[in-house]
Amino acid sequence: MSDIHPGAPDHVPPLVRVGRFLKDNPVIPLIAFLFLLIGILELMRPGIISPFWAGNLIKFAIPLAMLAAAQVLTMLTGGIDLSVGIVATCAAFVTATLTPLMGPVPAMLIAMGVGALVGIVNGFGVGIARVHPLIMTLGTGLIATGCLQVYQRFVIATGSDIPAILEWLGTGRTAGLPNGIFLFVPFAVFVLWLMRFTGFGRLLFALGSNENAAKLSGVRSWQVHMALYVLSGLIASLTGLLYLGMIRAPSLSLAVPLMLPSVAAAVIGGTSIFGGRGSFAGAIVGALILRVIDTMLTLARMPEGARIALFGLIILLVTALYVRFTETR
Amino acid sequence: MSFVQRNAWTLGLIVLLVVLLGVTRLIQPNFGVSGLESLARASLPFAFATAAMAVVVIVGGIDLSVASMMAVCSVTAAVLMETMGGMPAILISLAVGALMGLINGTLVVITRVPDIVVTLAMLFVWQGTALLILETPGGTATPWMRGAITGSVLIPGLPSALVVVAVAVAAVWIPVKRSKLGLAIYATGSDEMAAFRSGVAVGPTRAAAYAIAGLFSGFGGLSLLALTGVGEPVPGPYLLAAVASVVLGGVILGGGVGGLLGPIVAVFILRIIRTILTLAAVDPNVTTIVEGTIMVGVVMFGAFLVLRSSRQAA
Repeated sequence: MSDIHPGAPDHVPPLVRVGRFLKDNPVIPLIAFLFLLIGILELMRPGIISPFWAGNLIKFAIPLAMLAAAQVLTMLTGGIDLSVGIVATCAAFVTATLTPLMGPVPAMLIAMGVGALVGIVNGFGVGIARVHPLIMTLGTGLIATGCLQVYQRFVIATGSDIPAILEWLGTGRTAGLPNGIFLFVPFAVFVLWLMRFTGFGRLLFALGSNENAAKLSGVRSWQVHMALYVLSGLIASLTGLLYLGMIRAPSLSLAVPLMLPSVAAAVIGGTSIFGGRGSFAGAIVGALILRVIDTMLTLARMPEGARIALFGLIILLVTALYVRFTETR
Repeated sequence: MSFVQRNAWTLGLIVLLVVLLGVTRLIQPNFGVSGLESLARASLPFAFATAAMAVVVIVGGIDLSVASMMAVCSVTAAVLMETMGGMPAILISLAVGALMGLINGTLVVITRVPDIVVTLAMLFVWQGTALLILETPGGTATPWMRGAITGSVLIPGLPSALVVVAVAVAAVWIPVKRSKLGLAIYATGSDEMAAFRSGVAVGPTRAAAYAIAGLFSGFGGLSLLALTGVGEPVPGPYLLAAVASVVLGGVILGGGVGGLLGPIVAVFILRIIRTILTLAAVDPNVTTIVEGTIMVGVVMFGAFLVLRSSRQAA
């Protein structure tokens, strides 16, 4: 890293200077890119951009951005949480099936409990047993999938019901904006506050930048990991609840397709998968970008295969450009 | 270190496999040659997916696109076999597999984006490609290819599917491992910087490892085709299973440690556990829970062993 070198700042090539600026403010180029994409979309299909369309875009980006928050937080410590998709699905399924039995509030509480439980197991594995987060969360994801399938056998007869509050959050609109925003804005503020202004947030950055240094400075890493993965599980459950309200049909793979895109949204948003660097604001924009790309590819009336392939290529291109720009060598 | 010490993990796995086979026999006295044959046949695509993943993990990366590449190879072969003979179609599909792997590896090296992100993106790309080649399951498989993995060879009880895996993996991996490339792969996996400073061409080595993984995925795709007889453009559940078997097989995430034998034995162990649970009339859904628990448990146990030996050394 040349920034440490004294005397270097006098002859900084403009490109590097731009790179540094972008490194400090990763959200700015992302927002520019988002608007560029929206511009292209308007060119492709003039008149598509409307308040209604924007509301829809935001509505479907919210669950993705929420799951991306779980990824950003875990990636800060150099981890990843691949169980979020299935945890969200479990939460949704549990809520839908328990509501007719015990009412909406206890059902939702139990659903959050499921997320916390998976989080505790993940936290134990990663923080105490020192298992690689990728393996640990894949494993708990598998276990949770199995449990969900077994659970489904028992409740197959009870039928399902979706709490009214979730339906209101998921499908309603207030002044053109989806109601999900009432959940998402406080949530986003909380996550941003957590990352920026709390000791916990600083501990996450510290563990990700240099775990040994953090430990030598007296950080009890297992406690941080435990809290982190429980938080991640809770976020996933909350997302599942919201998503249930949006889709209104519980299934055994409801939120699973959101899992890989949530990683992509976090990475596009400038979060390093190796830890120590990341921003939730970036991930929100990343989620919006993914949704706009989705719309574009659907509008282009390409065959399904080309759409999926292009989606992958664009993720790769954006991250590659991002790495190119922000890495000063 | 003696041979036994060096290969303790793999030997332990083989012992476990034998024990599990014995257990199967106890539960189901009819379990014999045909049971072994169908077990080996069902394990085939898993074994190749695991071999592919293992090579990449040894070099210090991870390839999330294995299952998608298998889908591409399977549909390529299925479409080609409609018009040409079996052998050219197989060779072309294998070449396609290796090429896809090489593309993955090259992208990882030149973009400097972390492996997991590149292959995550490529997972979508290859999945889309497979759908472009064949939108719905179709195509055809040469009859002799289906015959090649059924039944036994030489003596009854030596499933030909097992022989296919052994020959294919050995034919690719042993020459590589014995060559300079093999050494470079292990060196890069254990410490990339040290390897670079000792004159290993780190970038090409990684790309080559991904290409080998692509080749194994090609075999995996062909075995899928041979199993079902139709090209299936939607990737199967091979990614998670491959990661689980690789870890259970003693290859450490992060690279430089392990071989291909352990992971492949691990595949059979996981499959046979599934068989045992099915024979014991356990709910098939519980099997998923058991598999996940085994995977996590094994890794925790492995981490515990590493921790203890490092304490003893200190």
